[in-house]
Amino acid sequence: MSGVAVSKDHEDSPRAQEDLVVLSGVNKHFGALHVLQDIDLTIGRGEVVVVIGPSGSGKSTLCRTINRLETIDAGSISIDGKPLPAEGRELARLRSDVGMVFQSFNLFAHKTVLENVMLGQIKVRGTEKKAAEAKARTLLERVGVAAQAEKYPAQLSGGQQQRVAIARALAMGPKVMLFDEPTSALDPEMINEVLEVMQQLAREGMTMVVVTHEMGFARSAADRVVFMADGRIVEQASPEEFFSNPRSDRAKDFLSKILHH
Amino acid sequence: MFDFLDSGQYDLLGAFWVTAQLALYSAIGSLIWGTALVAMRVSPVPLMRGFGTAYVNLVRNTPLTVVIVACSFGLNQTLQVTLGGDDFEQIGFRLAVLGLTAYTGTFVCEALRSGINTVPAGQAEAARALGMSFTQVLTLVILPQAFRAAITPLANVLIALTKNTTVAAAIGATEAALLMKEMIENEAQALFTVFGIFAFGFIVLTLPTGLFMGWAAKRLAVKR
Ligand SMILES: Nc1ncnc2c1ncn2[C@@H]1O[C@H](COP(=O)(O)OP(=O)(O)OP(=O)(O)O)[C@@H](O)[C@H]1O
Ligand SMILES: [Mg+2]
Repeated sequence: MSGVAVSKDHEDSPRAQEDLVVLSGVNKHFGALHVLQDIDLTIGRGEVVVVIGPSGSGKSTLCRTINRLETIDAGSISIDGKPLPAEGRELARLRSDVGMVFQSFNLFAHKTVLENVMLGQIKVRGTEKKAAEAKARTLLERVGVAAQAEKYPAQLSGGQQQRVAIARALAMGPKVMLFDEPTSALDPEMINEVLEVMQQLAREGMTMVVVTHEMGFARSAADRVVFMADGRIVEQASPEEFFSNPRSDRAKDFLSKILHH
Repeated sequence: MFDFLDSGQYDLLGAFWVTAQLALYSAIGSLIWGTALVAMRVSPVPLMRGFGTAYVNLVRNTPLTVVIVACSFGLNQTLQVTLGGDDFEQIGFRLAVLGLTAYTGTFVCEALRSGINTVPAGQAEAARALGMSFTQVLTLVILPQAFRAAITPLANVLIALTKNTTVAAAIGATEAALLMKEMIENEAQALFTVFGIFAFGFIVLTLPTGLFMGWAAKRLAVKR
């Protein structure tokens, strides 16, 4: 019995700890501003990492370097064992494996909701139209906007648009999903509908990097909280540990500000 | 008063047909060339961007007559370019289309660029994040929206183009303005009738363009 348990452990543990996204020694400047300073961050497959920190600390930039929407000056980033390629076809392929959800939704305004979710599948993955549509409808169902499939983005509420944006990213079958403040542009009553979709994704085992100010989400869905300030990762810990016992003064200060609001 | 029209001496319809053809071919040409130019102007390749910017600024600020005459003298008479035309008339027509395209393309480019500016940058970023190439981002996301936003300025460009075809008379394309010149010389007594006829002819060509584009602009507007 114990032998079985041990061998099962052996099978499981490498998978659970398998590194999917690895940043090491990443540095980036915007002119004189050193936005990312010696960032070392490893995200395991299936792990949900929430990134928090004060405004301007480099959270968005960090997120965007992972699919090379921002280039880096030094260090290395690899995804699923492969280093990020330079500009070109290889990079495009890698980007298609990294889903990204933006604060401002960024749906294609001239395409219907359904077409938004089909476009990448057809043009990037080369999926057939029928199959792409079927997948799109399934995903729209999953995020709860199937009824809006034929509408244009401008006809949807912010919460609905953001859920479509999540479906659009999921349609590529990404290995990891990046969320950059996905609920910050939403009216309060719409925040939960988006967070629920994200919770569900997390439960299903999606690897996620989430920049957010939603501490409730961090508490309930995150495996790890990464706290950034001034371009550095100041500390990282499990949510329970981080919220109950932050070690750095920066983190204590930050938490006291956002939690006593 | 309209007697001279019945004489069969002047081929009014024929001349306006040439004008319409000049306008049509040049419109197609300049839409294509203008799209290519704007693609260069927003491309990530510095050499392309440089060429696009230099070309637009040079050609846009050159008088059309100079561009057309340069096509005729420079290309045809000096370099013997005939563009496959057989006779003087055909060569003149083709060179005129080339000159009008080279010139009007710059205005199409700038109209499209204003259209591109209406597309939120985030959409291009989202498209890139999906794994689209630069060409895909441009042709699937940016340009379709840019064209719709640029319909009104494009209509102005096309109307100006239609009227600019008259410059082709300078190199012997047998279009409406050339005929008008001939009629003014021969029918001095009916000067204002002649003017009226040609003004009317151009309105017949341009007004529908304007109306159609206005309708299309409303119809195709991207909701934001
Ligand atoms: N394209 C850019 N050019 C120059 N500076 C930039 C650029 N993008 C961001 N910055 C600067 O880099 C710093 C980090 O920006 P970033 O957007 O990563 O911060 P953030 O942690 O996401 O902040 P917020 O919570 O406000 O979104 C900021 O000071 C910002 O002004
Ligand atoms: Mg940010």
